Amino acid sequence: MNAAALLVQPFVEYGFMRRALVATLALGLGSAPIGTLLVLRRMSLMGDAMGHALLPGAALGFLFAGFSLAAMSAGGFLAALAVALAAGFVTRVTSQREDASFAAFYLIALALGVLLVSTHGSSVDLMHMLFGTILAVDDAALMLMAGVASATLVVLAAIYRPLLVECLDPGFLRNVGGPGSLVHGVFLVLTVANLVAGFQALGTLMAVGLMMLPATAARFWATEVWSLALVAAGMALLSGFAGLLLSFHAQWPSGPAIVLVAGAAYLLSLVFGPNGGLLTRLLRPRSHRNA
Amino acid sequence: MSGTPIPPPAIRLNNLTVAYRGHPAVHHLSGEFTPSSLTAIVGPNGAGKTSLLAAIMGRIRPAEGGVSFDGASRDRIAWLPQQAEIDRSFPIRVFDLVALGHWGRLGCVKGIAARQRDAVGAALEAVGLGGFQRRGIAELSAGQFQRVLFARVLLQDASVILLDEPFNAIDARTTADLLAVVARWHTEARTVIVVLHDLEQVRLHFDRTLLMARRCVAWGPTAEVLHAGNLFRARQMAEAWDEDAPVCREVVA
Repeated sequence: MNAAALLVQPFVEYGFMRRALVATLALGLGSAPIGTLLVLRRMSLMGDAMGHALLPGAALGFLFAGFSLAAMSAGGFLAALAVALAAGFVTRVTSQREDASFAAFYLIALALGVLLVSTHGSSVDLMHMLFGTILAVDDAALMLMAGVASATLVVLAAIYRPLLVECLDPGFLRNVGGPGSLVHGVFLVLTVANLVAGFQALGTLMAVGLMMLPATAARFWATEVWSLALVAAGMALLSGFAGLLLSFHAQWPSGPAIVLVAGAAYLLSLVFGPNGGLLTRLLRPRSHRNA
Repeated sequence: MSGTPIPPPAIRLNNLTVAYRGHPAVHHLSGEFTPSSLTAIVGPNGAGKTSLLAAIMGRIRPAEGGVSFDGASRDRIAWLPQQAEIDRSFPIRVFDLVALGHWGRLGCVKGIAARQRDAVGAALEAVGLGGFQRRGIAELSAGQFQRVLFARVLLQDASVILLDEPFNAIDARTTADLLAVVARWHTEARTVIVVLHDLEQVRLHFDRTLLMARRCVAWGPTAEVLHAGNLFRARQMAEAWDEDAPVCREVVA
């Protein structure tokens, strides 16, 4: 088998592979910059929590309208947003830290979601929600993913400066009258929207993988926010491409294959990355400059 | 960094009380920071110094009384809090952090102009960090980082400047350089209020001092405020803490 047959032919011959590729490209472009900012805000695990939190809403959408893209997306979006707002509210009115309240609410949401799907659907439905079906995305789902990715990039560009300052020095932003709460809220909405878009293809458990793994790996290659986002997006795109090929040739489930490739990229970055990777630390020259 | 800021307002504390869970951190404090004055705020740990700055900035709602600015708004105040509030591992270059001092002119989206870039370079030169523009902030020492934050305040060109323990964990040379920047702000007729612990530093560099221990112990010319009797009284007052204290019914005219 030559390289073209290995790398290109599956996408040339099969429409479902082309759709899956476009889906991963859209997801990578939108969610990798979001993941980068989550890492910088020390909210890496909150992405995971919100990914799980959308399950009861998606399940309710499924109960009322079956596998309806609109109903499940709207339900998932509202459920994840409700968990984020509830966790934020508890943090403001009690002494509990946000990560603890997030953990409490997302676990409740996850259990509720699994209960809803288990009692009103089949185990196949549950698997579909948890792990997605990227090889079966339709036009409407593709449009949703592309729309969310486009909106994410445009909105991030518009709020880029206050968003970064809010990560770095929120006190300064408040003192100069910057829109700290507003950009935090918009960022949460973007995060949830990207997880909902990813949920269609990769499920609630895997969607966060394409968001967080490239973003975490990028810290080993880049040193500025824009370059971190660029590297993360590039890794997400490559992970989608390579993961789909791996899934096709090895007949593995596609969602885990994509996330595992992203995981392999993270491990390679951890070893070979020039910005704090293991090899760089081990092989650091002992010589030094004069000044 | 114009050197001719808008004249600062008088900052008046009117029976200001700031409380946490019902216990006062600042208790019935009244007085005035006169325009263009240079004041040190001193007192033992837990005396309410940081709470006072936070109340001036409007970050804490007073339990009683308030702060007034002669009708001016708080955007004319630059506040440099203690370093712990800033994420030092954030991947941003020194230039970009200092350029945030232009926020009042650039806001959320406006691009930085050539003369504003030059002003960033000049501010870094003024704090002794020429050539550091492209460094990441994670590579800086504590002293260098504090110089960077002073450069950002320089660019803010504020008429009132609040500094909260700005020389903690900073070497003598850096402290001397930054004290010179503070003196420059004072000569430019800005109102400067600095929380400090080093009384010798206060005696040498600050005209006026507010000695507090939740309440005002003494407020006026430094030489009159910092004498042994006042300092002893401040220590005694700060250590008073009673979980079952009765509700304060003090009425201040």
